[in-house]
Amino acid sequence: MRVVVLGVGNILLSDEGLGVRAIERLPLACSLPPQVELIDGGTCGMELLEDLESLDGLIMVDAIRAGKPPGTPIRLADDDVPIFFKTRLSPHQVGLCDVLASLRFLDRAPGYTTILGLQPQSLALGMKLSSEVEAAMPELLRMVMCELAMLGLSPSPINREAI
Amino acid sequence: MSQRVTIDPVTRIEGHLRVDVEVDGGKVRKAWASGQMWRGVENILIGRDPRDAWAITQRICGVCTTVHALASVRSVENALQLELPANAQYIRNMIILAHAVHDHIVHFYHLSALDWVDVTSALKADPAKAASLAESLSNWSGNGKAEFTKVKERLSDFVGTGQLGIFTNGYWGHPAMKLPPEVNLIAVAHYLQALEVQRHANKVVSILGGKTPHIQNVVVGGVANALAIDSQAVLTVERLLAVKDWIDQLADFVKNVYLIDVAAVGGFYPEWTTIGRGIVDYLSVPDIPLDGKNTQFALPGGHIAGGELASFKEIRTHDDVYFKDGVTESVKHSWYEGGKGPLHPYKGETRPQYTDFQDNGKYSWLKSPTFYEKPMQVGPLPRVLAMVAAGHKPTVDYATHTLELVSTVAKTKVGLDALHSTIGRHAARAVICAVEVDELARQWDLLLASMAKGDLKTFNKPVFPKGELAGVGIHEAPRGVLSHWIVIQDGKIRNYQCVVPTTWNAAPRNEKDEPGAYEACLAGTPVAITDQPLEVLRTVHSFDPCLACAVHVVDQHSQPVVRIKAA
Repeated sequence: MRVVVLGVGNILLSDEGLGVRAIERLPLACSLPPQVELIDGGTCGMELLEDLESLDGLIMVDAIRAGKPPGTPIRLADDDVPIFFKTRLSPHQVGLCDVLASLRFLDRAPGYTTILGLQPQSLALGMKLSSEVEAAMPELLRMVMCELAMLGLSPSPINREAI
Repeated sequence: MSQRVTIDPVTRIEGHLRVDVEVDGGKVRKAWASGQMWRGVENILIGRDPRDAWAITQRICGVCTTVHALASVRSVENALQLELPANAQYIRNMIILAHAVHDHIVHFYHLSALDWVDVTSALKADPAKAASLAESLSNWSGNGKAEFTKVKERLSDFVGTGQLGIFTNGYWGHPAMKLPPEVNLIAVAHYLQALEVQRHANKVVSILGGKTPHIQNVVVGGVANALAIDSQAVLTVERLLAVKDWIDQLADFVKNVYLIDVAAVGGFYPEWTTIGRGIVDYLSVPDIPLDGKNTQFALPGGHIAGGELASFKEIRTHDDVYFKDGVTESVKHSWYEGGKGPLHPYKGETRPQYTDFQDNGKYSWLKSPTFYEKPMQVGPLPRVLAMVAAGHKPTVDYATHTLELVSTVAKTKVGLDALHSTIGRHAARAVICAVEVDELARQWDLLLASMAKGDLKTFNKPVFPKGELAGVGIHEAPRGVLSHWIVIQDGKIRNYQCVVPTTWNAAPRNEKDEPGAYEACLAGTPVAITDQPLEVLRTVHSFDPCLACAVHVVDQHSQPVVRIKAA
């Protein structure tokens, strides 16, 4: 079994990079089973094709613009995943949408895809998360861990402070 | 009555380029190309150590990163008149060529083919007919009936789900789409195969460059690759053999698929050999140096005036004063403080002065470069023409072969003159890609031969004297002439200017109010449906626009991915 947790975003644009920040913090919060690979996708597009081929599960972490209050946790699964890509809730979709569509077309799409994220507060230039998003980050990490647990890949917490 | 059409952004992946056209009587009368993003990297570099400039400047972009790293180290080496070990040149050359091959394949199949290929029409294709057509043009192993049948089935499922992803920006059913269903199916199959093949080129860059995007191996004075015959820790013969295997697979695809497909598309769109001519003053520079002083090159370059090959004037070295003295940039129509007339890049200034979009005033973050006061077109087409004029045999052979194929498909004789066009820029890119993939294999041979002689040197240490030095780093990048200009004072950067390929091509009007290459090439382009300006996109995409580096972050997040406004 191979599962990837992919954090995407531009860390130069404050909350835009919350997916990448989650990936950076996850290994500090818990120890992950060997089947789980963390990838900092940054602002990559097609370069990710090979890394995301024929996965059993893909958990994407990203800023999601859902018109909710800043910091609201959002989980998109099953039928909601295509909507995420159709309505372009995140600016990376141009790249990532292409990657996932290409994987489907090549018959190498992940067996299971979920998208986890938070409603961003600020997309201004800056390397720090907004206070609303910062406050919700532990919740986001817990959501990733739950998602892994549902796939039978329970991480063991090593730092309860971080979550 | 004329109608104004705005396309913003134009590119399929990157944002930042806006094109406005005035359409009258079904044709473009006037065009404006505008860079919508401030770059500013030059200002970051001032006061820094010149040895660090390459690492910073390649962050201009997340796609064409290697080209800026290389142009930057070359500028410092030029200022110091520093000679490089031959091995460093071979390794850099392989990175340059692998990056270029990657760029060309991806540009054609993944970023611009959908301007010409109607994906939904492929669903009507007969896979057997498609196979016999493809097999008549090439002996590529992926052209069989079984392959095309499989692709058609997958495409049908894919379209059925309504999640079109990669294909969402296509203008399906547009009257300007003219390929028969079978050709559309072949193109879709090759689109998928290209996805597989392009990664080989990226791997070559990664192995040699340490990582990609943003290579890590270049240094002022050479490269940081330690060469060895046997050690596992460094660049070994074993790893280089893996690199050779990827090069061979790339060569097979480029010559037997890419070149053929471009010729076939060209043959079915003969009218596009007369559209998009525009500026036919062409500039290219020599690249793939074969000696440590940048005086001998595998691939020549130079200036062609008025589209006449007989006027070709070769740029012989990377220190050629003919090039160095000819370049200036105007900011009359750019969002910078000006008033001093066109400036040479050593004296270039980057002080923003935003005014909003003014049709007759300032309207772009791009400056407007000229060569001896004339706007130029740069890119694969200028380069192919220069190489043909210089008598570069592989280029002459591939260009002849491609035009013969186009003639066969079009059932009429198509000559070299057809290259001065929108479709000609695609054909030239495929020709140059074939030349580059062969040269990539040759550079591999040269490196191995040098190592076999026991030469493992890859670095000469730079020494920075007191006082002022100036240098230019010249590179023929996938989109054309790239130059980085540096002024060093007492070992620190005093001025730095990047004049990038898309600055030449997407330039706004210059000091004399003459249009840049995109703007000139768009004039006369037919537009059948004003709110679906496919024809305009075809011409702009034929240049392979990439704007992150050309402009000196408008919020792309708040905008839809493509906004087309017909006013």
